[in-house]
Amino acid sequence: MGIKILNTLIVSVNTKIPDISVHLEYNMGNKNNKNFMEIINLEVDFLVVGGGTAGCMAAVKAKQKSPESSVLVLEKANIRRSGAIAMGMDGVNTAVIPGNSTPEQYVREITIANDGILDQSAVHTTGLLGFEVIQELEEWGVKFQKDNEGKYDLKQVHRVGKYVLPMPEGKDLKKILSRQVKRNKIKIINRVMATSVLTQNGRAIGITGLDVRSGDMYVIKSKAILLCTGACGRLGLPASGYLYGTYENPTNAGDGYSMAYQAGAKLSNIECFQINPLIKDYNGPACAYVASPFGAYTANASGNRFISCDYWSGQMMLEVWRELNSGQGPVHLKMYHLDESTISEIERILFDNERPSRERFHAGRGENYRKDGVEMNISEIGLCSGHSASGVQVDEHMRTSIPGLYAAGDMANVPHNYMIGAFVSGRVAAEHAMSYIQDVDHGQVDLDIINTEKERILAPLKNPNGIPHTQVEYKLRRYVNDYLQPPKSPKNMMIGLEKFIDYQNVMDELGARDPHELMRCMEINFIRDCAEMAAKASLYRTESRWGLYHYRLDFPNRNDEEWMCNTIIKKCFEKNEMTISKEELKPYLFDVNLNAEKYDVSVA
Amino acid sequence: MALTTNRVDVPVIVDENKCLEKCKACIEVCPLDVLAKNPETGKAYMKYDECWFCLPCEKECPVGAITVQIPFLLR
Repeated sequence: MGIKILNTLIVSVNTKIPDISVHLEYNMGNKNNKNFMEIINLEVDFLVVGGGTAGCMAAVKAKQKSPESSVLVLEKANIRRSGAIAMGMDGVNTAVIPGNSTPEQYVREITIANDGILDQSAVHTTGLLGFEVIQELEEWGVKFQKDNEGKYDLKQVHRVGKYVLPMPEGKDLKKILSRQVKRNKIKIINRVMATSVLTQNGRAIGITGLDVRSGDMYVIKSKAILLCTGACGRLGLPASGYLYGTYENPTNAGDGYSMAYQAGAKLSNIECFQINPLIKDYNGPACAYVASPFGAYTANASGNRFISCDYWSGQMMLEVWRELNSGQGPVHLKMYHLDESTISEIERILFDNERPSRERFHAGRGENYRKDGVEMNISEIGLCSGHSASGVQVDEHMRTSIPGLYAAGDMANVPHNYMIGAFVSGRVAAEHAMSYIQDVDHGQVDLDIINTEKERILAPLKNPNGIPHTQVEYKLRRYVNDYLQPPKSPKNMMIGLEKFIDYQNVMDELGARDPHELMRCMEINFIRDCAEMAAKASLYRTESRWGLYHYRLDFPNRNDEEWMCNTIIKKCFEKNEMTISKEELKPYLFDVNLNAEKYDVSVA
Repeated sequence: MALTTNRVDVPVIVDENKCLEKCKACIEVCPLDVLAKNPETGKAYMKYDECWFCLPCEKECPVGAITVQIPFLLR
């Protein structure tokens, strides 16, 4: 990038920028005779919380199944460019295409990749319905890569089987999805963030939300609710120190994980963190999946391969970690041995898709794939079932443990589900929900609960000189790095757990000056809940599993006898504390011999 | 509590000579809602330093007024 203007912003000194007096008017609840934090009541049949990949698909499928029902998509940002695929996607990772692989094969591969911990029926659903999703996306105008004979040009990235299907023109995927939502006349409310799930007699009956621009509060009653708010991408602190320099879209702060937990839903295997090998500092994917079919590979400092399989399993992450700690680091994505036309082709895909700003990142450092490797590092931790296997516990219909509450996409625990899994889970949830709502009426909202929630949302506004959200968030996420980044040590995690619990008191010190800052303050609540869950679950599972994701130094081996099970986190309302327990895995649909088939990816 | 003001090098740069007063394309499309209009000039500016350098603001600006640079801490 040629432009190097140092653009500086002087906060609250520059009179052109709204100053503190405006913020104080928010605080007093009055500006231009408009009452802030007005309560807006709505009632719909099916509410989709989060208008990303899963949410857009869910809304369309719900409307198609039941055109007379009212369907609402509630979105914190704007559905045109929101969620994990805001800027498109360069391929799908879990495409089960007839003639290339079968759903059963896919389930076996994920069973092995996830060290046996899964509900095979939910993963099977992704395998069964993924092809229909791909066909439907094609009808909507999404282009998948085909070979000269017009067949899907699948690539092998997994250990066994071809499931990666490139989408070199996937940059407008999100625009295409939002167009479908509008075409189906689905109501959309942008810039409203859900803050809690309302329940009545153990059933989900609605949500509360905050308009992040006006400060108004939404109370939305719905017969069924789908949470699909994405990953907890702002859990660990990136090594750069920039709070929003995350791999996941930083809008995804674990909102759904926290809201489901606070409503009493079960979450499973939270100790199975998301950790990715990413472009150092930039924190975006190096995209070995894109580049490796062209001959690129992940190499150590000597330029040699050290992994045989680029698929992002916990085992692969452990191999990267070992290499970085062996004196053979840093590791890099190696393309400089390829010819000019191949590198240009890779660049065309990478600079156009998913994280297009990587082009200017490299340019700013004078790096060029023709001569330089892409330096990589291991990311900070997050929670994301789309990549690993931690999330809200769901069955094959994406039902949570709370009637009327569904979860889909990155936050629903269907291991390694990725984008196709998000589409499938959104669809499955919507179709089940539209049957469920036939037999239920709207619940009754308890006004005391609404008032308490209003107080909770607004609290930082009453304290405009309190500690800014940036500092409160920074310190919390630094603790996450200090005490939870694998490999995991028991005493570290205990200190971490204590700090995360104590951090509830720090939250009382938060200060905010406008609705936007209120949003960020609420997100810290979500992040704190996720941090506590991550510490609690990691301490509980006294074995190592999923490679680096849950590598405990005090229990370095896998212990199938005791731990071939789910760990379940649930809120105990009586004691107002977090509980954790074991739960048996659902019986497998397909037998897999996990001792014979290990996900070993190191180069022998 | 005492608060201070810090100068910050922000990622989103708006060319005020090009920015259209009536247009909100960049503001509407930002996933993190970090852009706003300066009420006095009607020009967009980066109000909150919370950027994912994802580029919709730059790509959807009809007059090419926006340049997104990689945040200083990363570049």
